[in-house]
Amino acid sequence: MPLSRKQIAWRAAQDLDDGVYVNLGIGLPTLVADVLPEGREIVLQSENGVLGVGPAPGANEIDLDLVNAGKQPVTLLTGGSYVHHTDSFLMIRGGHLDLALLGAFEVAENGDLANWTTDDPTFPPGVGGAMDLAVGAKEIRVLLEHNTRSGEPRLRKHCEYPLTAAKVVRRIYTDLAVIDVTQDGFVVREMVEDIDFDALQAKTEATLHKAPDLKVLKAPVV
Amino acid sequence: MIDKRVKSLADAVAGIKDGAVVLTGGFGGAGSPEALYGALLEQGAKDLTIVNNNAGTGRTGLAGLMDAGRVRKIICSFPRSAGSVVFEELYKEGKIELELVPQGILSERMRCAAAGLGGFLSPVGVGTRLAEGKEEREIDGRRYVLEKPLRGDVALLKADRGDRWGNLIYNKSARNFNPTMAQAAALSIVQIRQFCELGEIDPEHIITPGIFVDRMVVVPV
Repeated sequence: MPLSRKQIAWRAAQDLDDGVYVNLGIGLPTLVADVLPEGREIVLQSENGVLGVGPAPGANEIDLDLVNAGKQPVTLLTGGSYVHHTDSFLMIRGGHLDLALLGAFEVAENGDLANWTTDDPTFPPGVGGAMDLAVGAKEIRVLLEHNTRSGEPRLRKHCEYPLTAAKVVRRIYTDLAVIDVTQDGFVVREMVEDIDFDALQAKTEATLHKAPDLKVLKAPVV
Repeated sequence: MIDKRVKSLADAVAGIKDGAVVLTGGFGGAGSPEALYGALLEQGAKDLTIVNNNAGTGRTGLAGLMDAGRVRKIICSFPRSAGSVVFEELYKEGKIELELVPQGILSERMRCAAAGLGGFLSPVGVGTRLAEGKEEREIDGRRYVLEKPLRGDVALLKADRGDRWGNLIYNKSARNFNPTMAQAAALSIVQIRQFCELGEIDPEHIITPGIFVDRMVVVPV
């Protein structure tokens, strides 16, 4: 079974160590906030000036002055703080974040990232903080569905869509696999049980390499 | 005696000229100076360039100004949101100019103007379409593009509390672009939720010192 969107987020969350400072991009990565591993202090940064984003508020606790990058209401953890935009992006661009988890339209085997425009003339492009994050965080990992709704591969030899940044992605979480971007291209670290390697390759444009210790990708119901 | 309060929203936006570059605070609705947008609509200035993170939602506020044909150009990072119908219509019809700027570069360009600097070198967008045409330099092996300062004729802002000197504090993530925009505009106009006496805000807590504020109007929302 492919992972659900929330399970992809769960899998990415398992790799967050105690004490990391992480930015979550809008869309799929935002779900990571709801499935963080217990017992670790993980500090989520939101580009709009929140350091220490907490879980979604209850219905009676919603404060429209406290939102995340996707403009959804959030809470602040004890110990959290607010900064203005220029300082928030100083954190982002200046290498102060350990990690950014981003969504993407496509990732290429050299780590190129495309996530800001599809070049549809009727659909205005929106870059938001993606380009700042992509060059500024210490490490970039991407969460995305392995294929588009029409079955097109998103893991490419070269990105078809305009780039957000070149050669920045280090790890990819999809509904089918966990893949590292290495000097030799895509290396599959984990894949779901009911698909074989050739089938996974058939769903991927770029060449996949099998990790010597290839593991099963499993996630609980979340 | 210094008292930056004005009597009405109309007084707050008086004198904004056609063709002005207007910086407007807010990230989506948080920190957005909705009452001042309404006042600017009434005031009638047109041919405006608006600098905001987004491009308005619904049909009021920023979207109301655009809907009334007052906005020639928008400089923003993320125009499309749930409900950004007015912008999308104008964009499809080619009736509004869009300059898309990465979010942190948008705020840093304003900070740069505020700080009296002539530009800065940024690694953001290097090798992408958004850096096309920009002067490039390599420093210690890393590629950068030259980003130029972005100055406002006017800023429309929202703060939580202010005193008569114009010292401001904000509420949670409604702070966002407001402090930098207050610094980067020739005329900074702020709607505050609550007025407080001089000295009531702990000096250690003031986020925007009054030197960056020109006019304040109390809008208790």
